[in-house]
Amino acid sequence: MAIDKQEFKNVILKPVFDNNPIALQVLGVCSALAVTSKLETALVMCLALTAVTACSNMLISLMRHQIPSSIRIIVQMTVIASLVIVVDQLLKAYAFQTAKQMSVFVGLIITNCIVMGRAEAYAMKNGPVMSFFDGIGNGLGYSVILISVAVIRELFGSGSILGYVILNPIKDGGWYQTNGLLLLPPSAFFIIGLLIWAIRTWKPEQVEETK
Amino acid sequence: MSASSAPAKNKESFTRTIIVAVTLCLVCSIIVSSAAVFLKEKQIKNASLDKKRNILIAANLLTADTDVEKAFSNIEQKFVELSSGKMIELDDPTSFNQRQSAKNLQTSVAIAGENDAARIGRRSKIASVYLVKKNNRLETIILPIHGKGLFSTLYGFIALKADKQTIVGLKFYEQGETPGLGGEVENPNWLALWPGKKLLNNNGQPILKLVKGSAKTEFEVDALSGATMTTRGVQNMIDYWLSEQGFGVFLSKLDLAQFTLVSCSSASCLATRGDA
Repeated sequence: MAIDKQEFKNVILKPVFDNNPIALQVLGVCSALAVTSKLETALVMCLALTAVTACSNMLISLMRHQIPSSIRIIVQMTVIASLVIVVDQLLKAYAFQTAKQMSVFVGLIITNCIVMGRAEAYAMKNGPVMSFFDGIGNGLGYSVILISVAVIRELFGSGSILGYVILNPIKDGGWYQTNGLLLLPPSAFFIIGLLIWAIRTWKPEQVEETK
Repeated sequence: MSASSAPAKNKESFTRTIIVAVTLCLVCSIIVSSAAVFLKEKQIKNASLDKKRNILIAANLLTADTDVEKAFSNIEQKFVELSSGKMIELDDPTSFNQRQSAKNLQTSVAIAGENDAARIGRRSKIASVYLVKKNNRLETIILPIHGKGLFSTLYGFIALKADKQTIVGLKFYEQGETPGLGGEVENPNWLALWPGKKLLNNNGQPILKLVKGSAKTEFEVDALSGATMTTRGVQNMIDYWLSEQGFGVFLSKLDLAQFTLVSCSSASCLATRGDA
């Protein structure tokens, strides 16, 4: 199948703002709460999730004509779980400190609804190349939100970005009173909520109709 | 949801389903297990390097440009039978894991309720300690400690000078306390308050207290502000591990005069063990 340029653009860019997996579909919020207290862990999580979504989409798309529909969910699950374990092992071997901070959350990518949602909704119906890019696109959409949340939380919660001090906190002899709430997972709820509000004000077509 | 395209009927058959499932499982298990096998060596190396780094931090031996392996070559791992305080040799020292050992009924003892200050339930009968030698003399004793804080069990190392009283350093390498409050046990600025304080009195009893306000004597360290329960956990864990229940017996028996660490070959180590 030939790659349609417009389709390609849609697949990559739509999930970033128009059909964002976190902001519009409200999927994958659990990990967005857990790994965003620091930008570094959020970045690694974004990379891991994007890689897993893209690869699982591609593999499932390649197999889509073989998968019996009665066991398709468990087949998708198996593919995703295997990829996640490989990613987890790679992180433990090559990014040990970060892997230690992310602890169980790498493993929990298996249960991230974005990965399985894309496999079921897109990869089962489309070719491997487009599925791969659909995975990348949704990974980007997830990353945009995660990185925004992590920047806000790390900057105002600890006064630093990627470990570099920006606002020197009082406890280290500076002037900035850190906001402890931002270091706790619930704060990500507030930030994600505010981001959704902002996106929907910018793009009112995303607002659901009241019933 | 209907199947996508082409040979629809055939692929839904029972045999076909089984074949797909078995093939998939086989392929995936090969991929997963080979990833685990090929990366294992590197992961183990990482984990041990991380542990060594934490021990060096506790002993105040790690600066930005220290080579961990090289700095660690001055440190010797020893095994202590806590009840008798004797140093013992293990058949397979590399496979010793104190955390696993504390869970195993054979290799651990239950701690009676009133003694269980650190709230850990059981402790390993054998603990590993690390001794730093310099110019063939014992310089620092590094002891592993752990205990409950508010939400989590804190794991760390505390390092003592050879006088068995003065603190060289403290480092927590695993904890799940509230970020910004109890989580500040990892804050280097707070940990920097510890070196030079006296952990034990002349009789080897734990005496150091974490105090609210500001510490005035060498037997006091500032508590963590906003983290009463975590502070209490740290206090209790120190009290427990330095008491007779923990390393107390070992420390009182550790004879510095005899214990010259002349490249502790197993023969001389065994001699120490016999004397103790």
